[in-house]
Amino acid sequence: MSTDVEKETLDVDDPELSRFDLVREGARRDGVEIVHYEPRFPVPGTREEKRVERTIALFFAITGLAALVFVVAYCVWPADYKPGYNINKWFTPVLGASLGLALLGIGLGVLTWAKKLLPEEVSVQDRHDGGSPGDEKKLTGATIVNMVDETGIKRRPMLKVALGLGLAPVGLAAVVPLGALLTNPHKNGDPLMHTGFDPAANGGRPVRLMHEDGTLVRPEHISVGGQITAFPAIPGGNTNKYADSPTLLIHLRDADGEEMRANTDNKAPWNRGSYWQNYVAYSKICTHAGCPASLYEQQTNRLLCPCHQSQFHITDNARPVFGPATRSLSMLPISVDDEGYFVATGDFRQPIGPGFWERP
Amino acid sequence: MKRRKIDLAKLPGQTATELDDRFQLATPLRRLFNKVFPDHWSFLLGEIALYSFIVLLLTGTFLTLFFDPSMQEVKYNGVYTPLKGIEMSRAYETSLNLSFEVRGGLVMRQMHHWAALLFMAAIVVHMFRIFFTGAFRKPRETNWMIGFLLFWIGFVEGFAGYSLPDDALSGTGLRIANAIMQSIPVVGSWASFALFGAEFPGHDILPRLYILHVLLIPAVILALIAVHMGLLVKQKHTQWPGAGRTEHNVVGVRMFPGFAAKGGGFFMLVFGVTALLSGLFQINPIWLFGPYKAAVVSAASQPDWYVGFLDGSTRLMPPWEPRFHIFGHGYTLPPLFWPTVVLPGILTNLGLLYPFIERRFMKDKAHHNLLQRPRDNPVRTSLGAMSIAFYMVLLISGGNDVIADKFHISLNAMTWAGRIGVLLLPPLAYWITYRLALGLQQHDREVLAHGVETGIIRRTPDGRFYEVHQPLGRTDDHGHAELPYGGWTVPKKMNKIGALLPGLKGFFFPIESKPEPNGERRPAEERKEITAGKR
Repeated sequence: MSTDVEKETLDVDDPELSRFDLVREGARRDGVEIVHYEPRFPVPGTREEKRVERTIALFFAITGLAALVFVVAYCVWPADYKPGYNINKWFTPVLGASLGLALLGIGLGVLTWAKKLLPEEVSVQDRHDGGSPGDEKKLTGATIVNMVDETGIKRRPMLKVALGLGLAPVGLAAVVPLGALLTNPHKNGDPLMHTGFDPAANGGRPVRLMHEDGTLVRPEHISVGGQITAFPAIPGGNTNKYADSPTLLIHLRDADGEEMRANTDNKAPWNRGSYWQNYVAYSKICTHAGCPASLYEQQTNRLLCPCHQSQFHITDNARPVFGPATRSLSMLPISVDDEGYFVATGDFRQPIGPGFWERP
Repeated sequence: MKRRKIDLAKLPGQTATELDDRFQLATPLRRLFNKVFPDHWSFLLGEIALYSFIVLLLTGTFLTLFFDPSMQEVKYNGVYTPLKGIEMSRAYETSLNLSFEVRGGLVMRQMHHWAALLFMAAIVVHMFRIFFTGAFRKPRETNWMIGFLLFWIGFVEGFAGYSLPDDALSGTGLRIANAIMQSIPVVGSWASFALFGAEFPGHDILPRLYILHVLLIPAVILALIAVHMGLLVKQKHTQWPGAGRTEHNVVGVRMFPGFAAKGGGFFMLVFGVTALLSGLFQINPIWLFGPYKAAVVSAASQPDWYVGFLDGSTRLMPPWEPRFHIFGHGYTLPPLFWPTVVLPGILTNLGLLYPFIERRFMKDKAHHNLLQRPRDNPVRTSLGAMSIAFYMVLLISGGNDVIADKFHISLNAMTWAGRIGVLLLPPLAYWITYRLALGLQQHDREVLAHGVETGIIRRTPDGRFYEVHQPLGRTDDHGHAELPYGGWTVPKKMNKIGALLPGLKGFFFPIESKPEPNGERRPAEERKEITAGKR
């Protein structure tokens, strides 16, 4: 250990110098003083050193083996999906485990090498904080000011104006193409306000309700106290093209049906006549964030949205009773047509789903 | 003709000379090799983020070779029988193919996902280290801001990533994202239509997210990481206070060979752990969720962990919705706006500006290269604890349905606990942390003045008992030492000052030859003096 700093630079061609003297001199010229540099094993070939060597070698051996396993498994292990329990299911675990072991082996080997075999070292490097030296700042400052002055922009106001007026449109021209992204949300049938049940989009004819498999919905399809998800019976009505249209069709028990009808007629005049007997249909799209509010609790007649736990009261116009939702689920006006199929007599009375600024 | 012989032994030297002749490498290269890095485990946290990003680049590139972000409807006809014949998007189909038909595809997918989770976790923990030790202070404010932005950019990148497979979970997440965009006043629906190209879901969102996910955002992350590292090299590492360490030097090991070897080994460890996770622990099993259908959702559909806190804030938000009537038209300010747009906005700005806020309040204009122990700056530490408490309430609330289900608690009670907790716990955390920090400070000073507790009770001739303390320095007549606090750990146990012999080494059997205690320990007299009296 030596801390005495030799100020004068060494003559690097001096044949007396050891290699470490050169290393130290190099570091010194980089502002680094190696204050402590000691081999871990001053006497080479001790039992302890051999032990460390063997450990590191073992790690690399594990790496080699594991990598080999990875390569062989990747090439020959049967991997095709087969139902049930079989050896193919072990493909991914074997790959991950062998690759992981191989990499861990390298990591542990190198780390052990660094910690146990590399010399113990403490070096001190100088820091130069706090801005450039005064001279430098002054010289660079002068250069910059000179640069600006040479252009003469300060005493040539016309150029200043011309530059501004000329460049501003270039900036605009760079931004304007992004306008291609803009789509007026209220054009093309104002999709935020309408769903697949809108008769106007169906040539003026009311839209029937269908199951997910495309069959039309009849009242007897839903048991008392049960519910189904219904879709507009139009082409693609059950696909994500009409992501705003899934509707919950609920068949209430007699007592609940009565309560529902009373609540609708008294509290929500706009929904009057939207139900059909004990059947009522609500938009399935939560008015909070748009998840399907699909967990129906028969006992309490509540509908829970699993995303943020808003709860809606089914027999009371699907009014929100808990959670962050602020608005009732819209009611779909339904009836049963001559052939005995459920039909939407019109679109939802309010825009369905999450709120937005221009929602009335 | 005489054949020229290549002297292999001289080849490296010759190459080096040739290269130096052209690029003048000797000085900058040596300067780089000699750069000194301080050594402390907490300095490795940021490295985990860096290494997982490299893993992300590698595995992600593999995934792009097989993934197609198209939203075109196809009928699945792959090997995974449970989904055979089901309509789905091409994106979901190719994700399934990656999981079942591409050899090793599932390992790559899961490694990509695990590395993403690790990337975000490492960023957060690294940020804790920077914050609680005051490493963000002048001159490092810029790097703090870059790191802070990296969290949010990583957040967006992660969200885009787990939206791409188009399974039921990611579709639901996108739908919520769409609702969040719509909730922004005035421009909401326009912004949503600009991104989605039509009413949700449209056909453009996945291809657009894809190019964001694989090109634009990674490029931004890469650039920011480059600047982050560049500034780190330029401004040099902070270091803990200690012997010989000042504001004007860096004490540690040089980059080569010590630091580079440790860094490289650590990279392999991170890589290896990610690989193990990907093979042994399932993550995001998209085939179980099914394709995205607007009408389908399952309970306990949680986002990735780093999105969870915003899910929580959304759940806790009371149902408030101002409605306006202006010029005969009604307008709505949806409740989603506050917890998912305003709250992140506030958090981002507070976080970004924190170094400057602290500077102003502490009236501290100096350069700082020495770190502070969290206890030595109680206000900052308590603010940090307060933020963590706030964040934890939100994160837990993000999974409150799962907790309610598993522990048979009422869901509504969980929500109310969260609503109250988010207001009550942060100030409480502030107060507790503040007291703890002061207490720890006081204990440090006490040990410096009175010495380390030895655990030896001595009885004086007149019958009084007292505990013998081992002073840490020269004492005055009353047994008090005048030691200044150095800003670093004060030894508080006897074996920390070498009063005990080193323990036996060896894993399976003790290694007989005990290593000679080095340095200037003074075992004999010291021990005798303490235990003097009775033997």
